[in-house]
Amino acid sequence: MVGNGRKVTTRCSNSETTDSPKKIGVLALQGGFREHIDILNKLGVEPVEVRSVEGLEGLSGLVVPGGESTTIGNLMVESGLLDGIRSFFYRGGAVWGTCAGMVLAGSAVMGRKQPLLGLMNALVERNGFGRQVRSFEKELEIGGFDKPFLGVFIRAPFFEDVGPGVEVLSKVDGRIVAARGENILVTAFHPELTDDVRFHEYFLQEVCGL
Amino acid sequence: MARNGQLTGSFRVKSGMAQMLKGGVIMDVVNAEQAKIAEEAGSVAVMALERVPADIRAQGGVARMSDPEKILEIQEAVTIPVMAKARIGHFVEAQVLEALEVDYIDESEVLTPADEANHIDKWAFEVPFVCGATDLGEALRRIAEGAAMIRSKGEAGTGNVVEAVQHMRGITDGIRKLAALSKNGTEKEMLISEARELRAPYELVKHVAENGRLPVVLFTAGGIATPADAALMMQLGAEGVFVGSGIFKSEAPNRRAQAIVKATTYFNDPEVIAGASKGLGEAMSGQEMSQITTEERLATRGW
Repeated sequence: MVGNGRKVTTRCSNSETTDSPKKIGVLALQGGFREHIDILNKLGVEPVEVRSVEGLEGLSGLVVPGGESTTIGNLMVESGLLDGIRSFFYRGGAVWGTCAGMVLAGSAVMGRKQPLLGLMNALVERNGFGRQVRSFEKELEIGGFDKPFLGVFIRAPFFEDVGPGVEVLSKVDGRIVAARGENILVTAFHPELTDDVRFHEYFLQEVCGL
Repeated sequence: MARNGQLTGSFRVKSGMAQMLKGGVIMDVVNAEQAKIAEEAGSVAVMALERVPADIRAQGGVARMSDPEKILEIQEAVTIPVMAKARIGHFVEAQVLEALEVDYIDESEVLTPADEANHIDKWAFEVPFVCGATDLGEALRRIAEGAAMIRSKGEAGTGNVVEAVQHMRGITDGIRKLAALSKNGTEKEMLISEARELRAPYELVKHVAENGRLPVVLFTAGGIATPADAALMMQLGAEGVFVGSGIFKSEAPNRRAQAIVKATTYFNDPEVIAGASKGLGEAMSGQEMSQITTEERLATRGW
């Protein structure tokens, strides 16, 4: 805040003034979290690295970035963040999972047991498009976007099947690569590896309600 | 390669893959059993090898790419990315590794170099490469050849972090120097002269000066044996850690692997590192640098 001292706020039950930027957490246990932070910084919110349950306090939303889902899952179990993020979400907190974050958001992974958040009624196929040599870029049609969005897929997952309450936003070769629920968004690709901020804006406006 | 509107092998997907490994630990493994231990411990990828560097050092002889059967066995065993090493300049070993669909190739000084004059032309491949460097100029020369990820060389197989520290400082000091020049509104001529001194392309030097970081992810490798070693390298500016002999040459690989993963995530939190360092049993024994002659040093391979 610019100026001399705190602005007096009335009828505001929480401690934040209307002027202070909203805090968006980025899970920073492992993976591509800095890239999300760089973009969020440009969008007028305050990104916060989250490494512990306490770090979830006061957040208007949380990004679970790309990385290795098994590594992030292990570290979430150990730090208590697996339960912490679940209760953040079930209290209405907005969550966006990209790539590994999408895997973690799902309710089950094909052919494998690993710690998951289970925030979405969806069956996940990990590395669904193959190994790294098959990683690709592709212009995607996204539900609600007027122009295509460059999807960067890196050993990306897809949703094999989704339950009720999940809205599919985009598919590649019939496979679900972007979807949302009431307070959750998932993308199998990496908007944070492009200069296009539309998905970050979409998350802040449509999912976090900012 | 473009097919059905899908572009594979772009530099963005190659370097992006390394971006997703950041904050993680990549472990050397020689078989499926070790690969599973590494995955369960929270490793972000494994490096499939026939012998870990400590054994290569002890046994001598020509060290080559792994037997494809070994690599396939390890790929079968885990879902995390599998990397493998090719000899410096041995582009056919790299072609074989690409055909096996390894997720990353390490053009590595740990193996015996196949070409004394040329590194592999890494632009010719769809699979990404990581290369070792001892200073900024070497890092930028590898990036110019198409490397999508850089790691410090350190001195592999020694369990001694001293060389990795020196190389990491060499790289980050070089970056800071360029960034400071850029802040002063440096003229092009000065950057051209820096590029000449670094023996690196001007465009890459300019990128580093303007952004204050390499255009690709920077990991550390070579001699990391303890959780504190890993955290030290992270505090010095590494974005992730390769651990070679340090895990499976130690007394309790499983616990040590988990502890190094934890120390890499919480590298700025001494209490967590202290907790993770407790009760790990013996680390690998390690070697003093003075015991290793210049000719025996692996970091001098490549240029």
